[in-house]
Amino acid sequence: MKKSKILIGAAVITMAGFFAIAADHIDAPAVAGGTSDITDIYGFQGQNNDNIVFVANVQGLISPTDTDGAAFDENVLVEFNIDNNGDAIADLVIQATPRDGKMYFFGPIAPSQPGLNSVILADIAVQNEVDITAYGASAIIETNNGMSFFAGPRDDPFYFDFFRFGDIIAGNETMFSSPGTDSFAGTNVMSIVVELPKAIVGSGDSVNIWVESKRKQ
Amino acid sequence: MKLNNIKLAAIALLVSFSAVNCSNDDDNRPTGPTGTNGTTEPNFTGVYAQEDQMGRPAINTVFVSMGDKDTFNVTVPSNQGVAFQTKFQTKLEALNPAHADPMYTNALGFNAEQFTGALATDVLTVSLVGTTTFFDGTNVLTGRTLADDVISTELLLIFGGPMGTDNPGLTDDNVDGNDKSFLASFPYLATPH
Repeated sequence: MKKSKILIGAAVITMAGFFAIAADHIDAPAVAGGTSDITDIYGFQGQNNDNIVFVANVQGLISPTDTDGAAFDENVLVEFNIDNNGDAIADLVIQATPRDGKMYFFGPIAPSQPGLNSVILADIAVQNEVDITAYGASAIIETNNGMSFFAGPRDDPFYFDFFRFGDIIAGNETMFSSPGTDSFAGTNVMSIVVELPKAIVGSGDSVNIWVESKRKQ
Repeated sequence: MKLNNIKLAAIALLVSFSAVNCSNDDDNRPTGPTGTNGTTEPNFTGVYAQEDQMGRPAINTVFVSMGDKDTFNVTVPSNQGVAFQTKFQTKLEALNPAHADPMYTNALGFNAEQFTGALATDVLTVSLVGTTTFFDGTNVLTGRTLADDVISTELLLIFGGPMGTDNPGLTDDNVDGNDKSFLASFPYLATPH
């Protein structure tokens, strides 16, 4: 009896290892569970319809107990990439990186170089900064020249019956259960939120965005 | 003897260097040039190398094979189509074998090659002129809001076939919303648990 329970436990762990957790949580071996692991990104129209909002969440599956001790990594740079002419190449980046309790933002500005390596454009880009909101504190928001900034722990907005999906992929189940169970309920992420005028990011009907995390070498 | 002298000189240099560093920094962090307002700016120098990236939700998770997951994260989007479309198509056809027929489409009217061709370049398109949503019953792939049921949308497009009615047990995970309400105003995300 006990043994079978252990085996089931082991199977769940193995499954989690094999079928990396969605949406991008723990998506690949090199970043799984680390400080550069992107969990989700979002792009949507702001409360002010002239604005667009970009969200990057990192470090998923943080329990409430661990959230007070969770922190952004000062060696990690998070870059919002914006392609405004449809070629999937970044025309603008917004760089975000923490230092000593503040999240610093640079841009939007044209990237200094294409590809996988970046330097922080601290000398030439528009700089903004916001105090990182502590766990349990009211959200600290910095607004400057029409742009707003936030950084700190938040509820993970993602929801999915991931474990059932794993069972289906593994051949142990043939369909989702109803109702399903949100595998991400009750967990937190470290969140970076930027809102800015649409006119700054592009003049066409749409932009393509993606987020990259990069580590200091 | 000479080697020791060099070592001593090196140590002396290091000591003086760190002493200078400490003198203008009250918390022992490396510091950069002095800012225009006279305060000391943090150090933003150095090269940062890519570790993770993401556009649309769950693409790496669902469509990239275990051995390719790290590689996918360090392939720039403009190169992803060439590198991964065929692999995505193989994965899609494994998930829903009906997609092996090039005449079979999903609810967007895309067959396996067209659908994976669109997905393999992993960027999130965000409208600047209208509704922003992953799917709201009318608009498709014009952004991603916090509340969007992106997984059920993707399941529908993977398993649901042309009318969204194929494989009914696989097209919705029956988790239809987040466990906390979102805010109407910035920063929009719910407070942590």
